[in-house]
Amino acid sequence: MTTHAQSLAVSSQRKGFLHWLWTWITTVDHKKIAILYLFGGGLFFLIGGIEALLIRIQLAVPNNHFLVGSEYNQVMTMHGTTMIFLAAMPLIFAMMNAVIPLQIGARDVAFPFVNALGFWLFFLGGIVLNTSWFFGGAPAGGWTAYTPLATEYLGSGMDFYILGLQLSGAGTLMGAINFLVTIINMRAPGMTFMRMPLFCWTSLVTSALILFAFPPLTVGLFFEFFDHIFHANFFNTANGGNGIIWEHIFWIFGHPEVYILVLPAFGIISEVVATFSKKRLFGYSSMVFATVLIGFLSFMVWVHHMFTVGLGPVANAVFAIATMTIAVPTGIKIFNWLFTMWGGQIHFTTANLFALGFIPTFVMGGVTGVMLAVPPADAQYHDSYFVVAHFHYVILGGVVFGLLAGVFYWWPKMFGRMLNETLGKITFWFFFLGFHLTFFPQHFLGLMGMPRRYFTYLPGEHFELGNMLSSIGAFGMAVGVIVLLINIVVTTAKGKRAKGDAWGIGRTLEWSIASPAPEYNFAQTPLVKGIDAFWKEKMAGNKKMTPAEPLGDVHMPSPTVIPFLMSLSLTLASFGFIFAANQAGKPHTGGLITAAIGIGLMLLLMLIHSIKDDHGFHIHKEEIMRIEKEAE
Amino acid sequence: MKRKWQRWFRLLPLAALALLLSGCGKEGVSALEPLGPVAKDQADLMLISVLIMVVVVLVVGFIYFYVLIRFRKRKGQEDYIPKQVEGNTTLEIVWTVIPIVLLCILAVPTVPKTFSLSDTHSAKKESALEIEVSANQFWWQFTYPKQKVTTAQDVVIPTDRPVVFKLTSNDVIHSFWVPALGGKVDANPGQVTTLKLEADKEGTYRGRCAELCGSSHALMYFNVKAVSSAEFDRWIKEMKAGPDQPASASAKQGEQLFKQNCMSCHAVGASQTNKLAPNLTNFADRKYIAGFLDHDKKTLEKWIADPSALKPGATMPARGASGKLTDEQIKQIADYLFTLSVEK
Repeated sequence: MTTHAQSLAVSSQRKGFLHWLWTWITTVDHKKIAILYLFGGGLFFLIGGIEALLIRIQLAVPNNHFLVGSEYNQVMTMHGTTMIFLAAMPLIFAMMNAVIPLQIGARDVAFPFVNALGFWLFFLGGIVLNTSWFFGGAPAGGWTAYTPLATEYLGSGMDFYILGLQLSGAGTLMGAINFLVTIINMRAPGMTFMRMPLFCWTSLVTSALILFAFPPLTVGLFFEFFDHIFHANFFNTANGGNGIIWEHIFWIFGHPEVYILVLPAFGIISEVVATFSKKRLFGYSSMVFATVLIGFLSFMVWVHHMFTVGLGPVANAVFAIATMTIAVPTGIKIFNWLFTMWGGQIHFTTANLFALGFIPTFVMGGVTGVMLAVPPADAQYHDSYFVVAHFHYVILGGVVFGLLAGVFYWWPKMFGRMLNETLGKITFWFFFLGFHLTFFPQHFLGLMGMPRRYFTYLPGEHFELGNMLSSIGAFGMAVGVIVLLINIVVTTAKGKRAKGDAWGIGRTLEWSIASPAPEYNFAQTPLVKGIDAFWKEKMAGNKKMTPAEPLGDVHMPSPTVIPFLMSLSLTLASFGFIFAANQAGKPHTGGLITAAIGIGLMLLLMLIHSIKDDHGFHIHKEEIMRIEKEAE
Repeated sequence: MKRKWQRWFRLLPLAALALLLSGCGKEGVSALEPLGPVAKDQADLMLISVLIMVVVVLVVGFIYFYVLIRFRKRKGQEDYIPKQVEGNTTLEIVWTVIPIVLLCILAVPTVPKTFSLSDTHSAKKESALEIEVSANQFWWQFTYPKQKVTTAQDVVIPTDRPVVFKLTSNDVIHSFWVPALGGKVDANPGQVTTLKLEADKEGTYRGRCAELCGSSHALMYFNVKAVSSAEFDRWIKEMKAGPDQPASASAKQGEQLFKQNCMSCHAVGASQTNKLAPNLTNFADRKYIAGFLDHDKKTLEKWIADPSALKPGATMPARGASGKLTDEQIKQIADYLFTLSVEK
């Protein structure tokens, strides 16, 4: 019986495209799943970006007729929903999948099957959401889907939102549980919690946030689901329901969600800044403490999205103070990054440029956040372009810059090639300068009275200049992204091959193995002697990590098509419910039957998976020794 | 090239402050030019927070640029390994305590103002004027309960006292925002929320809906007209008296057509409330048609002929309730509507 690795090597030469596709559909390998998340998230990032450009074209001049009314609301809704749920979150999972098992010295995540399932649920959920364009229109209620607008006054697009997000959200929740268990249980010998790279800490806290924040979203979506498809009355005021309840439920999810987005970025910045300063992270324990505190506080502030709802001054004042306190641990982090660089030797690689660009940008976004925390002032800022500026500064300037830093930093480890630095720097400058040109004027547009989610504005109100600058900046960012795509294509074809320690100054365990990482990650699980385990070994004169176990056969989980099929079944169920929805009366039976079939299939597949015995396969010692020797 | 850019960037917060202090945007529209005490208080809070935050940005910015310049990798230093520093407890304390202090400074005016600016009860004692606001997709109804007058789209207020708006919605969540006079409060279905505003001087102030409410959320404007106390009282009397009878033949014919084709939703008469469409008693005195369109006959005829072409999602049927009004009939209705003036 040939080993899996051998058969893969042989068959990919022989069997061509379909086999290659099958490999990706059935993989449970965290490294491949990371690449799936990277390209899935990347695809949706491009779609969301095009939606942004459409918005900026419409808003470049007053009284424009390029994209108006409900069509504009659909593009605006899909831009936000796609970027947050289908681009940012999957790209974060790409980084976590690619890096965490390597950084903790493990061979995979705790539940590889669930890992694959999580990816396919995300991806198919995103597909479901985007098919709305072809079936009567995309959702038009904003990414926040406030009720009763979303449940009683908009069309079938909302069903795609409800079911698509429910599907994707299930995937996210699974991913979080997976990473929680992985980080808690599977660290290499000697790696105590306080010796973990900070990216693992931020991923741990992020996963805990997802665990507690996504269930409220699930519940809220189920309420909207029952209201929209089965004519329940959760949000129907005439029949005793209350639309404000949705706001609470959504924001109890929604606020932790933005910390779910930004904490991994913080982790990436910690890694990149430390590595490219050739220094250990300054104030590691403070950073861990700040991360945990931010995670905890993120559940305490949701009403700051609702200061104008009329909840009263007591609620507003309490949540104002709570919101202001989050600035403290975030500030601690900024100073620790600056002092990590202090006394170091700063390398201006593209990855580090994004990390350095992140710092002032995120600080600006953070300070406008503190300004927003003042309820009487927020009464002016809320639902205006000031808020749009704020959240783009923290999400784009924080999360996306962090993700781009991570992509450039870890690309060699994932793909075995270096991305081109010159093209990378061009991407950085166009994206960074374009970003500030797009969003800095928006602070003023908001203060001057321009509300958000407006498909047009009237001439003569002084909004023209700010909007025009903003639209030009957006195209600058687009140029940066196009150059990045060119970079990826060019270097995949003929880029420089990467060493294991691709940057030469790696500090953490992932840099102690070949690039790309071999299928089994570590030939022998490493023994960790301190923070920045690999750097420690290098400073002691060793080229490799001290092993913690003898060389032996490595047990690997088998690929399986069941996660993909389960996701397809739930997709079928989603379409069933979507087409069952009938605004005028009873739900269509055909749709409900389809949904039942989809759910039934999923349960059947779960049964098969539970009953079927799969012992995985082994990569033999000799094979490992051969691969390790080739990599040298 | 990097250094030039860094210097440029450092000026941004100062430029922002300058822009802020000089005030910009159109008067009567912008929140940066407060024209009432509520907006002024809110702008003061904005200024305090901006000043504190500018201090933070400058401190961080200074350290940032210093570090980038001083500790950048120079040629020929490839093998240099910097001293690995674990941390510094004193620094950690400093940059924890100072932000807490700055936030306390911000919190001190924030909390009392949060209470006082949302206080609508004490306003009653100051004999505030009460106005009931009903938000609809995509227009605003205003009822003066004490004076028993209803109007729509343009709301007239006196300048000498606070106005307490009692907000509600007849369909989805909207939000009532007059940036020049103060912040916004949401108008929720099934609930009443309150907002206190006051105008310092006479003038017109742009109001807008600030919560996504459907296709024409961007076109759901209203107008606040602040007048002297005496003028306000006179306006109330004029509204109650109603417009004069139409004089021209065309307008008289228009009145008949209006009664047959429009009165199932619209009303003329200040005592009529809760209709499905704006009350048109003083239509001719208003600044805009449908909240944002030019207030002239040609535009009005276009509007009546096909409302949803000009305002996507408007529920007003094209060409009247029957859908059959001819261009000539629409002209006559327009002539009639332009006689609906109460101001002498």
